[in-house]
Amino acid sequence: MNARRTYADFKVFSRSYLRNKVALFFTLFFPVLLILLFGEIVTSSNTTVDLTVQNLDGNTNVSAQFLAALNHTGVLSLSFVPPSAGNLSKYMAAHDLTAGLVIPAGFSQAYLQKKVVSLVLYTDPGSPSTTGVVQGAVGGVVNYFNLNASGAHPIVQVTGEDVGSQVYTYLDYLTPGLIGFSILTSPMFSMVNIIAEYKKERIFKQISLTPLTKAEWLTSKILWYFILTFIAAFIIMGVSYGVFNSHVTLTLLALPFLFVGPLLFVALGMIAGAVAKTPESAAVIGNLITFPMMFLAGTFFPVQSFNPSLQAVAHVLPLYYVIDGMNNAMILHNTGQALFDLAVTSVIAVIFFIIAILVFPWREE
Amino acid sequence: MASAISAQGLEKTYGELRAVDGLSFDVEEGTIFAFLGPNGAGKTTTVEILEGLRRATAGEVKVLGLDPWKQADALHHRIGVIPQEFRFFDKTTPREAIEYYATLFDKKADADELLRKVELTEKAESYFDTLSGGQKQKLGLALALVNDPPLLFLDEPTSGLDPHARRAIWEVIKEAKRGGRTVFLTTHYLEEAELLAERVAIINHGKIIAEGSPEEIIREHGTADRLVLEGPPALADHLAKTLGLPVHRENGKVVIEMSDKRDVARALEEADRSGLGWTSVSTARDSLEDVFVRLVGRMEEGVVRSGR
Ligand SMILES: Nc1ncnc2c1ncn2[C@@H]1O[C@H](COP(=O)(O)OP(=O)(O)OP(=O)(O)O)[C@@H](O)[C@H]1O
Ligand SMILES: [Mg+2]
Repeated sequence: MNARRTYADFKVFSRSYLRNKVALFFTLFFPVLLILLFGEIVTSSNTTVDLTVQNLDGNTNVSAQFLAALNHTGVLSLSFVPPSAGNLSKYMAAHDLTAGLVIPAGFSQAYLQKKVVSLVLYTDPGSPSTTGVVQGAVGGVVNYFNLNASGAHPIVQVTGEDVGSQVYTYLDYLTPGLIGFSILTSPMFSMVNIIAEYKKERIFKQISLTPLTKAEWLTSKILWYFILTFIAAFIIMGVSYGVFNSHVTLTLLALPFLFVGPLLFVALGMIAGAVAKTPESAAVIGNLITFPMMFLAGTFFPVQSFNPSLQAVAHVLPLYYVIDGMNNAMILHNTGQALFDLAVTSVIAVIFFIIAILVFPWREE
Repeated sequence: MASAISAQGLEKTYGELRAVDGLSFDVEEGTIFAFLGPNGAGKTTTVEILEGLRRATAGEVKVLGLDPWKQADALHHRIGVIPQEFRFFDKTTPREAIEYYATLFDKKADADELLRKVELTEKAESYFDTLSGGQKQKLGLALALVNDPPLLFLDEPTSGLDPHARRAIWEVIKEAKRGGRTVFLTTHYLEEAELLAERVAIINHGKIIAEGSPEEIIREHGTADRLVLEGPPALADHLAKTLGLPVHRENGKVVIEMSDKRDVARALEEADRSGLGWTSVSTARDSLEDVFVRLVGRMEEGVVRSGR
C-alpha cells in the first residue's frame, strides 16, 4: 500500500465526483430533503383539530367556562356558528366540517340546578383520528364538569406531558436513520455503477497497467466516501437539530460508525459491480441489495415498531447494525450495545473488503 | 541484437475458438514491429497477452525478459500501452491524467511537453468525455509515454484519425524509435506498416501467414514486377509469342510479367519491331496491400473449402 499513489487516485476520483452534479446532489442534498420531508410530516400531525361550536345557550357563565375549558385542552381550535345558522349537522355537511358541538339552550341553568343535560357532538366517521381527538377532549372536559357539579375531587390525575417530546423522539431516531441511509446509498448507487462502467470501458485494464494496486484503488474510494459521509452526517444533524430541535448528540462512540459504515458499503458496492456481467445487471443487483436495507434497517422507521418476522429480517441486514449502533451511541447512550454493533459492523466490513479485493476484475482470466 | 519480445507457440482459446493459434515471433530491441490482420484475426488478444492482461492458454512468452502474466507488476513499469479504443475517466482533463500517471509511476513528467508532442495542448483542460475520438487516442499515446518505457504497445493507435492527426502520431512513433524504444504496433493500415515498421507479420485466424520486412513480404508473396504498355490487342499476342513471358490485357493495356529487370529492354525492342505501335510505358509492382488482400483472401477461400 503506497500513500502517494492512493492520494493521486483519490485526487482524480474526488475531482471527477465533484464535477458530477447529479451524484453530488444525491449524496448531500437528498438526505436533507428526506429529513425535511419526514420532519414536516411528523410535526404537522401535531397541530390542533378544528371543532365547530354552536352555542344555543346564549352568553351564560357556565357555557363560557365550558368553552374556555375546551380551549384550554390545547388540542382543539374552536370556531363558532350562530344559532341562526340552523341545524348544525346540515351546516357541517354543507361546509365540509368534520367535528361539531351543540351546546343546547338552557345548558347553564340545567348545570346549576344539577339536572341532566345533553351536549350533541357530531363527528365524521370518515376521519377517525379527528373523531378520537375531539371525543377525548370533549369527554375530558365533560368529566371535569360532572365531578365539579357533584362536588368530588379528581383522584387520578395526569400530569401534563408535552406532546412534542414524542414527536421529536421520532425525529431523533430519524437522524441516525438518515445518516445510515446516506452511508448506504451514496457508495452503493455510485460504486456499483462505476465498477460496471469501468469494466465495460476497460478502464480497469488501463489502470492495471500502472503500478496502482487494487487495494490502493479501493482505499482511495473508501477515503472519499468517509469524507462524503462526514459532510452528509453533519448536514443531517444540523438540519435535524437546527430545524426540528431534535435531541441527538454526536458522541465519540458515533464516529467509528461513520468510518466503518462507508468501508462496508464501498466494499459491498464493489462486490455487486464486480460479479455483474453488464452495467444493466449491475444496477439490478445493486438495487436488490440496497432496497431492502433502505426501508427495513431502521432508516425511516424504527425496527422496534416492526412485527417480529420483519424484525428478524432487519437483523440480517448489515445496515441495521450501523443504524442501531448510532442510535445507541447518539440517543440512548447505551455504550455496551453500541460497542457490540460496532464489532458486528467491523467484522462484516473487513470480510467484505477482502471479498471485494478477491473478486475485483482487474485483468482477464 | 537482443529480443525485446519473443513468443513460441502462443495459443489462446475461448471455448471452441482458437483466437491465437500457435504464434511464434521475435521482436528485436529498438525496432518497430507491426501486426497486420483483418478484424478478429487475434491481434488484440496477442497484444494483451504480451502486456500481461490476458493469460495465454499455451506457449512461451518473454517480454523484456519477463513472464508477462506472472511478472506483470515488474513489466508494467517498463512498458507503455495504448489499448484499442482508449478510454479514461470522463470528468478528468488530459493534464490531470498525465499528472496522475506521473505520480503512479513515480516519474517526473513534463505535461506541457507531452501534450505538445501529441498535439493536444489546446485540449489540456477539457474533460475527457468532451474530447473527439482522435483526441482521446492522442491522450492515450501521451499516457503511454509518461513512464519513459523502453517498449511501447500500440493497438491500432491511428484508427479513426484524420490524415493530419495520423501523421502526428507517426512522428511520435518514429521519434520513439529514434530514442531507442521498441514498438509493437497493430494496424489495419498497410501504408502505416510499410512506412513505420522494419518487420511486419500478417496474421489471420490466429496464425501468422507471412512475416518479414515489407520488402521481403512483397518479394515473396507478391506477383512479379510488371511492364505496362499502351497498345493494340495484337501487340499482346505478338509479345506473348516472342518473349516467352506471361502477358495479358488489363483495362485495355498490355501487361507483361517480368522475371528479370532486363526483360524491360527486350520487351520494348520486340514492341518496336512488331510495328504495331505503342504509346505510354510504365512499370508496376504489388504493394503490401495487394499482398495482404491476396493472402487473406486466399486463406478465406481455403477455410471455406476445407469447411465443406
Ligand atoms: N474475451 C473473449 N471471449 C471470447 N472471444 C473472444 C474474447 N476476446 C476475443 N475473442 C475472439 O477472439 C478473436 C480475436 O479477437 P481480437 O480482439 O484479438 O481480434 P483483433 O485482431 O484485435 O480484431 P480487430 O482488428 O477487430 O481489433 C475474435 O474472434 C474474438 O471474437
Ligand atoms: Mg483489436
